[in-house]
Amino acid sequence: MAYDKFTILRSSAVPMPNENVDTDQIIPARFLKATERKGFGDNLFRDWRYNNDNTPKADFVLNDPTYSGKILVAGKNFGSGSSREHAAWAIYDYGFRCVVSSFFADIFQANSINVGILPVRVSPEFLEKIFAAIEADPNTELEVNLPAQTVTLLATGDSESFAINEYKKHNLTNGYDDIDYLLSMKEEIGAFAETRPF
Amino acid sequence: MSTPKTLFDKVWDAHVIRQVKDGPDVLFIDRHFIHEVTSPVAFLGLEGRGATVLYPDRTFATADHNTPTLNQHLPVADPMSANQLAALERNAKTYGISHWGLGHIKNGIVHVVGPENGITLPGMTIVCGDSHTSTHGAFGAIAFGIGTSEVEMVLATQCIMQPKPKKMRITVNGKPGKAVLPKDVILYIISQTSASGATGYFVEYAGEVFENMTMEGRMTVCNMTIEMGARGGMIAPDQTTLDYLKGRELSPKGEQWDKLVPYWESLKTDEGATFDLDLTFDAADIEPQITYGTNPGLGTGVTHQIPMADSVKDGSASYKKSLQYMGFQENETMIGKPVDFVFLGSCTNGRIEDFRAFASIVKGRKKADNITAWLVPGSHIVEKQIQEEGILDILTQAGFELRQPGCSACLAMNDDKVPAGKYAVSTSNRNFEGRQGPGARTLLASPLVAAAAAVTGVVTDPRGLMENA
Repeated sequence: MAYDKFTILRSSAVPMPNENVDTDQIIPARFLKATERKGFGDNLFRDWRYNNDNTPKADFVLNDPTYSGKILVAGKNFGSGSSREHAAWAIYDYGFRCVVSSFFADIFQANSINVGILPVRVSPEFLEKIFAAIEADPNTELEVNLPAQTVTLLATGDSESFAINEYKKHNLTNGYDDIDYLLSMKEEIGAFAETRPF
Repeated sequence: MSTPKTLFDKVWDAHVIRQVKDGPDVLFIDRHFIHEVTSPVAFLGLEGRGATVLYPDRTFATADHNTPTLNQHLPVADPMSANQLAALERNAKTYGISHWGLGHIKNGIVHVVGPENGITLPGMTIVCGDSHTSTHGAFGAIAFGIGTSEVEMVLATQCIMQPKPKKMRITVNGKPGKAVLPKDVILYIISQTSASGATGYFVEYAGEVFENMTMEGRMTVCNMTIEMGARGGMIAPDQTTLDYLKGRELSPKGEQWDKLVPYWESLKTDEGATFDLDLTFDAADIEPQITYGTNPGLGTGVTHQIPMADSVKDGSASYKKSLQYMGFQENETMIGKPVDFVFLGSCTNGRIEDFRAFASIVKGRKKADNITAWLVPGSHIVEKQIQEEGILDILTQAGFELRQPGCSACLAMNDDKVPAGKYAVSTSNRNFEGRQGPGARTLLASPLVAAAAAVTGVVTDPRGLMENA
């Protein structure tokens, strides 16, 4: 699935300090019935975002016009639980291109990169700093620089570097995916498959 | 003398085709399970890039997540669910993949039918677009859940690209107490490590508690390994494993079996091999467990009180929000809490031993009037065992009915939804907000604790209801 290349992203951010946000919150199971990848953004955080009668919950951050942007800043252990890639699709489809947290669940992290979202892991201290900066000024901008592997609070210049392996970085900056890579080594895979005992 | 290796290293290293510089390993996948919810978009992607399924005989399809558990002989009423099931059938047919759809004699939950038909074997790499793929680690396989992009990847190339995770060993020695089931062992471990305590790790379970466990118990333990954040868990294959596998329909036979046995017996952690983290617990500390919060790490002994927020390691605000959702207060006792629903089933506890345990408590008793019970076998084979062993009669006499196989109320994609605000004692694996239906409140527990709640109508210590009590 093609996605937009990721290089440098400057944007205000949406804060969600809750910890252990699981993928059932990001997109509840009853919205997983589609057979195509479209429209998932409408149901992002469905049960936190809407009342039973489908009216928006005023106190939920996505319904608060004070906050907007292409970066979601989230509390520790974001994306735990189910492997549903629909969670990453919903985040992408809603318009986020980057999630910043102090800790990501493994499968969510892999799914994010595979759909073109950059998961940026920062220290708990820097995460607190970002939350404080957004609270002080909801329009404050972050710069996420993938080539330099840094995330910066533009107002103060506070910055932290983040880790990503060179291979994944290369994919994200060029819009490539793993399947392109693997299809290019089919002969090697075929030879290996011959050696398997089952 | 070569470097000592862990069980995980041995299986992982045997599957690495290439190590990408500054990147992940290219890992060959022996078995791939697919189901109706996370595969349709993968097939669309495959078609979109003009690729095909490289090894259709290494992939197995079953319908489970989104299937009704009543009247499976009738057309599926929900058009979107029916569409997903049709897509799975169509894709399986197009690419020549074995498909056990709704109504098929072997249909059931993917992590139940894989092992019971002998598809899962020691030393394999196994993936599925479902996080509870970790279940298959019970056989000494490396098994983990993947996203839909990765499903497409495995269909197209039979490989996946993953960085090698860190290694953790969890050892539990001692003898579990009365009414302590494998579910209690794993709920206890998760309560000690937290819902994110094993993120970035692959777990090996060791010690006499796991050595003495049946294969079904080991599956329950490995199944919930994902709930502490680990990608998967595994247990070294032993005689128990081989006894389970021998003679299963798709297990290797004859000469092929004989050739594999020495290899399988070599799949154990070498003396002197090291882990990034080693945790040890004592079985004597484990009593029947129950969760009180909205992640599987928030659990305790069924006779205990709900911990005070200030005694919980970090996340006090999230902890209080969690209790608020559940309608619970700090320091309350779990025993006697009202229950509305009981769910026995899922890839965690939907096997025959789980139904035997449940039946052992409800035998000669009656379902409490305030309880709605959903008893859902993990597969048609389990359903048949329930009938043949006389368990169905016990359940029926106690006022319960048996439904048809599927994931059911574990994730509530079908009609089996717990209403908002209601409490469910559930043998499934997740107690997240809304997991069993919007606003539903889930208490995770073993089949014995679920049975005790089903006959008393409240949270109850099963030990008081057991023979020799």
